[in-house]
Amino acid sequence: MCGIVGLLVKKPALREQLGKLMVPMLIGMTDRGPDSAGLAVFAEPLKGSGRKLSLYSGLTEAGADFDWHCLTHGLQQHLGVKSDIEIKYNHAVLSFEVSPDIVKKWLREHHPRLHILSTGQTIDLYKDIGTPAMVSDRYDFSSLTGSHLVGHTRMATESAVTPDRAHPFTAGEDFCLVHNGSLSNPYGLRRKLEPHGIHFDTDNDTEAACRFLEWRLREGDDLETALHAGFEELDGFFTFLMGTPDKLALIRDPFACKPAVVAETDDYVAIASEFRSLAHLPDVKHAKVFEPAPEEMYVWNA
Amino acid sequence: MECVSFDLASTPLREVNQFLHQQLQADDQRHVEVHNPDGAHSIAVGLDQPVTVEIHGHAGYYAAGMNKKAHVIVHGSAGTGVAENMMSGLVHVKGFASNGAGATAHGGLLVIDGDAGLRCGISLKGADIVVGGSVGSFSGFMAQAGRMVICSNAGDALGDSLYEAVIYIRGEVKSLGTDARFEPMTDDDVATVADLLRQAGLQHDPASFKRIASARSLYHWNADANQEY
Repeated sequence: MCGIVGLLVKKPALREQLGKLMVPMLIGMTDRGPDSAGLAVFAEPLKGSGRKLSLYSGLTEAGADFDWHCLTHGLQQHLGVKSDIEIKYNHAVLSFEVSPDIVKKWLREHHPRLHILSTGQTIDLYKDIGTPAMVSDRYDFSSLTGSHLVGHTRMATESAVTPDRAHPFTAGEDFCLVHNGSLSNPYGLRRKLEPHGIHFDTDNDTEAACRFLEWRLREGDDLETALHAGFEELDGFFTFLMGTPDKLALIRDPFACKPAVVAETDDYVAIASEFRSLAHLPDVKHAKVFEPAPEEMYVWNA
Repeated sequence: MECVSFDLASTPLREVNQFLHQQLQADDQRHVEVHNPDGAHSIAVGLDQPVTVEIHGHAGYYAAGMNKKAHVIVHGSAGTGVAENMMSGLVHVKGFASNGAGATAHGGLLVIDGDAGLRCGISLKGADIVVGGSVGSFSGFMAQAGRMVICSNAGDALGDSLYEAVIYIRGEVKSLGTDARFEPMTDDDVATVADLLRQAGLQHDPASFKRIASARSLYHWNADANQEY
């Protein structure tokens, strides 16, 4: 079991409240996923060639005491890259104006245990072990702002309970995916993807789905074509919720083995595994509430 | 007849269900209202008294599961497994119902005004189910007894491995399951559909429904069939 939540606000004025509206959604899914939680939030893109990485220091020896300023100093010293850093406990968003590949290569060489959570112009990603309430507090989720976000509460079945195996998973830039369910062919997918030079961070089944879909997008598929390919290739049970800079997308397996419910008003589209997580939303009593059909693609634009 | 009202925003669900199970007979309350269900699981499960329970809002999983004698009305949608294993009584969902609605129900009537999800009436054992909208795939799978009336369409594999339950459908069937077949509507079938529609409060011409029942070719093992039926 796991819980998924997603929220997209339609009115710019509501972007300030995105985190506040979402935290009860995430906590509402604690019964479905008490061991880890995470979310990816999409906000205003960085300008020009600006890129940012979400980084997690919980797996390093220093943990939450990781010396982030030493890291930015090292980047300046070794690569001549100027960067900004925003630190929250064992998490930081590092932004800079060079190719992210150069920075990531340097990070892997100099800070191999630092986990790179996400890369892009718009995405910030947080995930850690602990209950959804603990993780929300740890990173002050209620203060998050942006146009849309994708969240997850985990009850691990297919791989160990560790921060890097929590959801969302990302691949490439500004793409993330959360999953409720389990895949039966993740290793087959890996064997297909690895010859294309695609590297995996964990043994998690969801990571295989995430990297497969991102690979299709990178090969030129639009989101709908990529999801269609997903139906062909991914075997197992899934409700997937995906985020891109301007879209939320949802698909369910043909047997609808894992739940999803949507509430839509003039102000927002909210998605959750169960209505319990939507019940607190403003004016939800007058929302259009429906269950997404299996094997259909639902795409909402930010 | 007094009405007792519970607000699940301030009262734990366990108190509501304990009241419905234990105090009802003594207090002789026959009408109970539940407000702000907010998708909670297992509201009004295991009732065995002739009480009317009205749930105002969206119910979570297993609402009115194992119901006996009671009338449970959901003024909203119902999650997975509404009226699962119902024995008797009435469960009426005014909105849509999720997967497995009325699964294994032995008796009583389940009415869903909107659509039902996948596996509606799976392993039905004698209850009647009327769906005002459409049903998802694998509905009526291995249904043994009882009747299903579907006023709109059905997904894939409707009535797969059907036993003696009968399905009536007004709309389109994406695909029939193995051993399920269309059969001619008899006068008895038309009367049955008319009666169930009346009980559900739905206005359709009963003669516009088609009957689906088992061809019974799966009833006996056929070694020559090479697992193909």
